[in-house]
Amino acid sequence: MLAFLVRRLGWMAVTLWAVSLATFFIISLPPGDYVSTLQANAEERGEIMGPAEVAALRDRYGLGQSFFAQYWKWITNIVFHGDFGQAFAWNMRPVSDLIWDRVGLSFFLSVATMLLIWAIAWPIGIYSAVRQYSPGDYAATFFGFIGMAVPEFMLALVLMWVGMRWFGQSPGGLFSPEYQDAAWNLGKVLDAASHLWLPILIIAVSGTAGAIRIIRANLLDELYKPYVVAARAKGLPEWKLLLKYPVRTSMSPFFSTVGWLLPGLISGETIISIVMNLPTTGPLMLGGVLNQDMYLVGSFILILSTLTVIGTLISDLALAWWDPRIRHSYEGG
Amino acid sequence: MSTRAAPILEIEDLHTCFELDDGTVRAVSGVDLTIGRGEVLAVVGESGCGKSVMARSVLRLIDKPGRITGGSIRVHDADRVVDMVTAPGPELRSVRGRKVAMVFQEPIASMSPMHTLGNQIGESLVLHGRATKAEARTRVVDLLRRVGIAAPERRADEYPFQMSGGMLQRAMIAMALSCGPDLLIADEPTTALDVTTQAQILDLLRELQRDTGMAVMLITHDLGVAAQMADRIAVMYLGSVVETGTTDTVLRSPRHPYTRALLRSVPKLGSGGRERLRPVRGMVPGPYARPPGCPFHPRCEEFMAGRCDSTVPGRVPAPLPAPAAGTDGTVSCLRYEDVRDDEGKAAS
Repeated sequence: MLAFLVRRLGWMAVTLWAVSLATFFIISLPPGDYVSTLQANAEERGEIMGPAEVAALRDRYGLGQSFFAQYWKWITNIVFHGDFGQAFAWNMRPVSDLIWDRVGLSFFLSVATMLLIWAIAWPIGIYSAVRQYSPGDYAATFFGFIGMAVPEFMLALVLMWVGMRWFGQSPGGLFSPEYQDAAWNLGKVLDAASHLWLPILIIAVSGTAGAIRIIRANLLDELYKPYVVAARAKGLPEWKLLLKYPVRTSMSPFFSTVGWLLPGLISGETIISIVMNLPTTGPLMLGGVLNQDMYLVGSFILILSTLTVIGTLISDLALAWWDPRIRHSYEGG
Repeated sequence: MSTRAAPILEIEDLHTCFELDDGTVRAVSGVDLTIGRGEVLAVVGESGCGKSVMARSVLRLIDKPGRITGGSIRVHDADRVVDMVTAPGPELRSVRGRKVAMVFQEPIASMSPMHTLGNQIGESLVLHGRATKAEARTRVVDLLRRVGIAAPERRADEYPFQMSGGMLQRAMIAMALSCGPDLLIADEPTTALDVTTQAQILDLLRELQRDTGMAVMLITHDLGVAAQMADRIAVMYLGSVVETGTTDTVLRSPRHPYTRALLRSVPKLGSGGRERLRPVRGMVPGPYARPPGCPFHPRCEEFMAGRCDSTVPGRVPAPLPAPAAGTDGTVSCLRYEDVRDDEGKAAS
């Protein structure tokens, strides 16, 4: 197992290095360098950047040097100083500050949706499989497909309208206007909660629909296997049998996707966040792309890739912990 | 036979059907069988004759779309008789694993890959109150040692995919024996194993049967296995039992034409290989097209036109071959009903 871990970590390092190189290549593709874009922007606003300022920036990012020298400056700053550069569309604030401000909410949304998805999907999925082709199964399938088919943003718009029209709720945002600038107190927390359940629900709808189908299909694969019959022949009660054997086996997909939470931490639910005006990381990234804010976007891509790679490792480890077959295949070689 | 032990299992007119899209398959169609305490009964027949479905019906293990549609399966417990066809859940489960245990055909598929051997074997012990969770492990190690698994302490903590098929079948047997059942149903226990392992498993089964005195219902398509293991043999064809009798009688002087055809299709030891093997004529009819009358008549070499294709033969006591008098077991063939009718006429 240790050998497996060491090997995996080694490959992760190689992967991340390749990703960082590719990322830097992509963000330096657009014509003109970072500082000339800044200058152009400043001129549009009628300001003029001083030559000293320009020279300092050029030196800081190694502009005018070769591609690899620029890459080296960029990546060493990130790795050794945690300095991701500055975002010019945000008054030259450090990219890391911008992202950190929003990670909390993104993470909360990801975890809450994931928990909600599985909490709803497990019982329904199990029921659907055990009572295959029953009216309940058909109902779950019907609503499941509707949930998958309806676009999230439309659901968001409709529900926001319903909330405003009939429940007098202020649409979108994290806080009602009266709490916007207030200090944190119980009222503000409750207000945030009353705004957050809606996006969580909306994001969970399509995820739940998919998860139900996955659980149902996985469980149907297991339900009629000989080992289930053999366990039944021992005299186990049906529900105990179901949970111990086929459900246990069909839980594997949950563990193989648990690591996807990590990238979700930083990608935020972009579309929903924009529609519902939530300050997650998603809109920040989209803005960065639209403005060609190269260090902001580069940082996002790099962090997302890193988290994806780490998340995959976590999934693999969780799966090994859960499924002895996987565990032994790792140990075997 | 009058000296038969008290029955542990009585199956009467059992019907099990599978409702499929293309029609109904009558996999088991009127099976009557009795197994006495401590008796080894081999159920033989070609693939698809309903042996396994019949065996599974006994513990009511038929998955949808299959369904037991009629008959009774009486299991004799110490002070009560449980009809497995109608028994409510708790009563059914108190028989499963405790009074009647089962060994399955594919040992690897019949064990959960996610749980250790110790966990799966100890489970029934705890379930039926034979051991506490703490005692279970010691008992499991004892059981594994009993079925001839080396290093049982280590094996108890291993997973099925770490073992060979033969070893797993031993473990399955240990699992089935854990609660000391009165009847062990072994459904083709050696089919998935290689020949050497087959012999070892059969030896083990016979030894365990002698030691514990349990009854065994051995489902097999292999007449050699049946000859080696069984006290009595029941021959099935298309979902019904066509002949029963002691092993000697059925194998040496079969009464039913199907048993005779079946025996002609396997080589006999000591015949010097001069005798030609003859497969049973024709093919097993499709599952939806059950022949009218005697189900075997399209393939029968003693077919009587006008009778066998219209009259369903009943079960009659099967005569012993001359010069012996008397009967041994039963046979379902119109030829023997003739004999009975003639005898009846002669007597009146």
